[in-house]
Amino acid sequence: MNKLSQRHARRFLRQLSGHILLAVLLIFLLFPFYWTFVTSIKPGKELYASKVTYWPHSPTFDSYKRLFSEYNFWKPMLNSLLVASLTTVLSLAVSLLAAYAFSRYRFKGRKFFMTIFLTNNMFPTVLLLIPLFAIMRKAGILYTPIALILSYTTFTIPFSIWLLNGYLDDLPRSLEEAAMVDGANRAQAFLKIILPMLMPCIVATGAYVFMTAWNEYTFAVMFTNEGNRTIPVALKNFIGQLGVEWGMLTAGGIITIIPVCIMFLFAQKRLVEGLTAGAVKG
Amino acid sequence: MHKKKLSPWPYLLIAPALITIIAVVFFPVINAILMSFQSYDLRRPSQIRFTGLANYFAAAQDPLFWQALLKTIVWVAAGVWFQFVFGFMLALLLNRKFLGRGLIRSISLIPWVTPGVLIGLMWRWIFDGNYGVLNDLLVRLGLIRQNVPFLAQQSTAFPSVILTIIWQGIPFFALMLLAGLQGIPEELYDAADVDGANAFQRFFMITVPSLKNTIFVTTLLRIIWVANSVDVIFNLTEGGPAYSTQTLSVYVFNKGNALNLGYASTMAILLALVLSMVAIPYLKTLFKAQEESK
Repeated sequence: MNKLSQRHARRFLRQLSGHILLAVLLIFLLFPFYWTFVTSIKPGKELYASKVTYWPHSPTFDSYKRLFSEYNFWKPMLNSLLVASLTTVLSLAVSLLAAYAFSRYRFKGRKFFMTIFLTNNMFPTVLLLIPLFAIMRKAGILYTPIALILSYTTFTIPFSIWLLNGYLDDLPRSLEEAAMVDGANRAQAFLKIILPMLMPCIVATGAYVFMTAWNEYTFAVMFTNEGNRTIPVALKNFIGQLGVEWGMLTAGGIITIIPVCIMFLFAQKRLVEGLTAGAVKG
Repeated sequence: MHKKKLSPWPYLLIAPALITIIAVVFFPVINAILMSFQSYDLRRPSQIRFTGLANYFAAAQDPLFWQALLKTIVWVAAGVWFQFVFGFMLALLLNRKFLGRGLIRSISLIPWVTPGVLIGLMWRWIFDGNYGVLNDLLVRLGLIRQNVPFLAQQSTAFPSVILTIIWQGIPFFALMLLAGLQGIPEELYDAADVDGANAFQRFFMITVPSLKNTIFVTTLLRIIWVANSVDVIFNLTEGGPAYSTQTLSVYVFNKGNALNLGYASTMAILLALVLSMVAIPYLKTLFKAQEESK
């Protein structure tokens, strides 16, 4: 055998072992989702049979139907949708203004204020959770969606400012300056030039905020009650209420993650760009 | 274009965000500090009063506090280390050219956006002692004879929750490291090839040094997140059995749920102090990066 084909063979082997390793890692990462889905379409008999099956003999969507008919899963879904949407709108509105100021103005105390926004991401969740519980209780807004939305802004606002600031810094100032020379004021230049160009980034940031609010559990379990429980809390409560009904639990899980996956796949490219920019530059 | 005269606009623009953050972050943190000096138990509201350092002394003498602190260190060290190792592996594997790479990259990130509750529930079902698929697989492979109640016994519960957090964190490391890998200029590797470097040398002489900053920042970020994480452990074991999976965050959460806010605040502050060892270098790096990019 000549040297060249030996090298080819070695390269082929190396690539093959890489593919196998990748496949193993992917199976590890994705199997839990497959298993959750399979569980959600298994009939109860098969779920608790002595023999574990890797694909149901008779797939059924009964668990999904029961989830809505017996336990009114619409309610937590609507609650989550409300909280996540309002959190997104509020966070984006205030963060966009602040990020614009940080990116486009050089003013006294700029560094100090940026520090404030960066630092507060470092506080442990539980350090905010405990006093917020006491404060919300005193203010009489505990167990209302407002309590949840406000507590989510503790991490969504700093994060959005950081992301949007990065995106804005990448947009050349010359664009607005040209418009302003032509007689537009700053606000007009922002609305007509910056906003349309920034839109995909705003959408990506918004998607991330929505996902974190939709997924959040630790605040939600302490700040909601029966009436305004969000999906994560409802899912956890199923364990207490139903004994352990794995069929319905996994069905609820699949329903929860579908919107997240769809949003993530759409926003993914910009989001990854924005997230990695800081760390990679650093 | 730099405005030298003092314009009110930047201040007005940051005001809404600033006011919100002061109200929901800084005001509560001050409250937590105050509560940590009080006997503040909502089950006994009539007895709320200042007790000085009593809560701190109580923590120092609380064996569960020290155990939780130790658990936190193991949880973070083991969790983040393996997230890094497997995340790096995944990033290297995804950095090659092959068909369907974009799709596989996106899909492999999904654990990162999965709600903590769902992660807890999915793995709880996988680890289940009676019907769990992990037991079934291990029995089929002949590795165990009879089912192991992974989450119900002390010896296996903590390794099981750590495995779960590793699973969750691999994609984030892979995402950051992959972005870093793509920023390494091809010429560096070409030059190494000319010099006759093998794959091992290329990895340690080029790849790792080029990714130094990414690795540093991502690791610090992950340490903070993993230390703060409550939902995964709480939904797997609630800190049990016999407190064997109770990290400091989970302990604070459990105390908060029990409405003992004074003591919970004390421990949360101690956790924040421990974490500041990681948070401060992280912030310093971020600022350096910001200054340089300006």
